[in-house]
Amino acid sequence: MVDLRRAAAIVGIHEHVTRYSPDKSELQIQGESVINALNDAGLTKDDVDGLFTASSSIRNSGMNLADYLNLYPSYVDNTTVGGGSFEFHLSHALTAIAAGRINVAVITYSSLARSGGVSVGTGGVGRFGHPVLDPSPDSFEELYGLTTVGLYAMIARRHMHLYGTTSEQLAEVSVAMRHHASMNPEALFRDPISVEDVVNSRVISDPLHLMDCCVITDGGGAVVVASPEVARNCRHTPVWVLGAGEAIAHQGAGKRDLIYIAAHQSSPRAFEMAGVTHDDIDMAMVYDSFTITVVETLEDLGFCKKGEGGEFVSGGRLQVGGALPINTDGGGLSSNHPGMRGIFLLLEATRQLRHQFDGTGRQVPDCKIALAHGTGGALGSRHSGGTVILARD
Amino acid sequence: MTTTWNKPLPSIAGETKPFWDSCRRGQLVIQYCEDCDEYQWYPRGICADCWGENVRWVQSSGRGTVWTYTVTQQNRTTGFAEMVPYVLALVELEEGVRMFTNIVDCNPRDVHIGMAVEVTFQTATPQITIPYFKPAG
Repeated sequence: MVDLRRAAAIVGIHEHVTRYSPDKSELQIQGESVINALNDAGLTKDDVDGLFTASSSIRNSGMNLADYLNLYPSYVDNTTVGGGSFEFHLSHALTAIAAGRINVAVITYSSLARSGGVSVGTGGVGRFGHPVLDPSPDSFEELYGLTTVGLYAMIARRHMHLYGTTSEQLAEVSVAMRHHASMNPEALFRDPISVEDVVNSRVISDPLHLMDCCVITDGGGAVVVASPEVARNCRHTPVWVLGAGEAIAHQGAGKRDLIYIAAHQSSPRAFEMAGVTHDDIDMAMVYDSFTITVVETLEDLGFCKKGEGGEFVSGGRLQVGGALPINTDGGGLSSNHPGMRGIFLLLEATRQLRHQFDGTGRQVPDCKIALAHGTGGALGSRHSGGTVILARD
Repeated sequence: MTTTWNKPLPSIAGETKPFWDSCRRGQLVIQYCEDCDEYQWYPRGICADCWGENVRWVQSSGRGTVWTYTVTQQNRTTGFAEMVPYVLALVELEEGVRMFTNIVDCNPRDVHIGMAVEVTFQTATPQITIPYFKPAG
């Protein structure tokens, strides 16, 4: 394979800090995010030639966003594979930039999941009235009351059965994320919580409790990705893309061992491309739709052996100062989760690699290399996994 | 007996019609590939393993074990909101393929991984009968 290391860099970022925004459209949030991310990079509208977006609510999201922004991009990608879409976008932007097709790509996303009253996790496809199901696979699944949280809970149950993982260990993930959120003024929930708080919160889908589940918010953001020539003249130190891996995990004709998630496939691809090892990773942004998502992802990324995730996440290892700090913004469990959260993984990894929080407890000391892994869909049925490895000079 | 089915109903395509026809007769069928000797679930018009076309319908024993499950306490969807708590499960058939289902006719608290189960059917409409699983008798 062509060496793609440092063929593109993240040069501009913006997180729309809203967690509740009933008076703005999704496209307005994206527009404001794109404008601010370009300002952050020191670039302008005329510099943008690639447009990347995903949406579960905006029809023809790539076309409609180009129209709203009055942009005429030469490269458009609205790959939508759930929450991990934006790691796929960065992977695709890297390739497009390395091939010389484009120089400046914008990745953006927004959602009004909270003000729209979307019960993302606990409504099946019929939450707005039963739709006509596709003949397959929906017609063999949606008859049985699948929910998003249920499809993760089933994998949590299997993990507990095979490896002895406990609810208390899963709760450690929520506790660590809340600790980080306490240092993020924009986080939705910032008051510290204990393992007891989590395991005593009500059960949503056994064995997952309310506080094993991510929050539901509005929000959005944008990332500007550029070629090395452009990146070196931008305002901030470039955050280089070292490696990217993509994967889909699914039922495998009824025979896949679902205890292994898509990260099991995408992680080796990203590490091989990047030419780094797990010991080189200073911090990670790990999609935390549910606590079990983090345990499974850390195992399948290779940070610990299969089955040892419950132990790995315990004892403060995930907090800044621990063995592998993750989700230093508070994650989806405490900061924000507007439907698909993958873009926020790229934003916080970039902030850490820029050393934006130097002098505070949120900064991972001497952060040089970060990993982000987005998961989209559901562990129990089918999902995407996008791994990217990022580095500063 | 007339009932009003308030849960989703399947759509039927040519490649899945034999399955739903069999359910209406009280039989659970799955597919077997003559070329690569693999069973597959869910039903489809090709072999998902070798991509061959020699897929035939075979009757499943209808017996299996619970591979994993969750007791759903919250679902706002019409038809399921009234059912909570209910058991969503993946059942591994004796033939080796796993399918989504509900475990019915038992207390959700009694369900466990490895539990022996067997198929049972509920008539949703005159056209549609849906397979579920219950504790093996």
